[in-house]
Amino acid sequence: MTDGSAAAPLIGTHGLDWLDEEGPDGDIVVSSRVRLARNLQGYSFSAHATGEEREALLEKARAATEAAGVLEEVDFWEISRLDPVDRLLLLERRLVSKELIGGPETGPRRGSGLALSRTRALGMMVNEEDHLRLQTLRGGFQLAAAWRDVDQLDEEIGARLPYAFHQEFGFLTSCPTNVGTGLRASVFIHLPGLVLTRQIRKVLEGMGQLGVTYRGLYGEGSRIVGNLFQISNQTTLGKTEEDLIDQLERLVGRVIGYEKQARAVLLREAPNVLEDKVWRAYGILCHARSLPFEEMMNLLSGVRLGISLKLLKTPRVDVISRMMIHAQTAHLARAAGRRLDEADADAFRASYVRRALNDAGSH
Amino acid sequence: MDCENCGERKATITLTEIENNEMRTLNLCSTCATLKGVAPGGGSAPMADLLAHLGGSAGENLFDEAGEACEYCGTGAGDFRKSGRLGCPQCYAQFHRQLRALLRRVHGSSQHMGKVYVSTAPDADPEQVRLSTLRRRLERAVEIEDFESAADLRDAIHALTEVS
Repeated sequence: MTDGSAAAPLIGTHGLDWLDEEGPDGDIVVSSRVRLARNLQGYSFSAHATGEEREALLEKARAATEAAGVLEEVDFWEISRLDPVDRLLLLERRLVSKELIGGPETGPRRGSGLALSRTRALGMMVNEEDHLRLQTLRGGFQLAAAWRDVDQLDEEIGARLPYAFHQEFGFLTSCPTNVGTGLRASVFIHLPGLVLTRQIRKVLEGMGQLGVTYRGLYGEGSRIVGNLFQISNQTTLGKTEEDLIDQLERLVGRVIGYEKQARAVLLREAPNVLEDKVWRAYGILCHARSLPFEEMMNLLSGVRLGISLKLLKTPRVDVISRMMIHAQTAHLARAAGRRLDEADADAFRASYVRRALNDAGSH
Repeated sequence: MDCENCGERKATITLTEIENNEMRTLNLCSTCATLKGVAPGGGSAPMADLLAHLGGSAGENLFDEAGEACEYCGTGAGDFRKSGRLGCPQCYAQFHRQLRALLRRVHGSSQHMGKVYVSTAPDADPEQVRLSTLRRRLERAVEIEDFESAADLRDAIHALTEVS
């Protein structure tokens, strides 16, 4: 699969390595993510800083990341110098936020940057809401491993740049909801069993009472697409980083248990309905000539469930995760080498999905 | 039933907390539930909403418009109320008392328990920074009886101190 186009893109396969490692419980937990918010002494927070201050900070961050051994080979981009499709590619890979790349008309603020290892999804955003947002992504359920990577990067950056740290409040952040550890850990989790058995609300609301928040991913507001959820810690202060990670891990572990139970119930009570749902999803994906993104995500959910329950032999789970990244609009546009309007994108997506499933082997 | 937190409004939400393996339930009104970050429907309440609650029906006005602005960046309490964002690290000193109260409500604590950072002035020794972090982690590993990590950390500390 290539991302090649005629326009000399700067972004290649950066930040996609996590797709190669299925990771523990990879059929249910798509990916694990950890980020740390850090700010430097002597500068206003990014939203308050002048353009010159942000640019000075960007250069300091560039020098610090180039010296950070944990990143191995590292690329450092000033967002304003990236072409708009490259910016969207990074957004679709969840390596930058909307805030960092700015709106389609306004573009990024001066001094916005991204450092990213060439070998792994580890790096940091510069001049987002906080001066630095150190971050990583791992495949499957690997919060502790993700934390270790970001912690190591934090040690290296913190030894070179003076962080704003307060004895009582910890690492200082622009928004008080992030202060203390500055740590936000999350998993991106597929819960079709709980959705189909109508237990999802109960499970998620129960979690909401335990210092953890959730949201549907990709969907606007509370709308859920593809039965995918992001679950993350809510508080960042008053506990050690290890405790926050550990607490989230235990809660997610329980959710995985509930999801497995729900799947077992579905298999026992309604095997024919379930099998039909899975095969229909697979059939449409194999033959559709136009696929809007949301429809594709919902169908991929059925196929992922089918693989997990061994109702389908192919494709592998990582092929599904890859499609979720590569069948997004900017990725399709990069592969097509041109701008795609909505109808074009839906047709292009359908043909991409047909090819990917065909390459993965037929039934 | 009245809210067990403020004792003023009617309790509409039951909060179940588990701490040190002990479960306790607390009946809360929707305002206090929001302040504890457990409003139903998921997602975190944006800071601005939280502040509105603090200044409104909760009867507290932590961030008074008339208060002094941050000496370093000029951010006033009113700006913070509106945006939910502080202007610079110094704001935490300027609004120390108010923020402490706010943080206790948002996070349940105002005391950082995580990594300790030793500021690296240009002449600071990065090795010392690393050493203090390793020591802190060793304490933590012993505390949670993770002896395998503790042994590794102790070796790493020895290696560093032997060199210097």
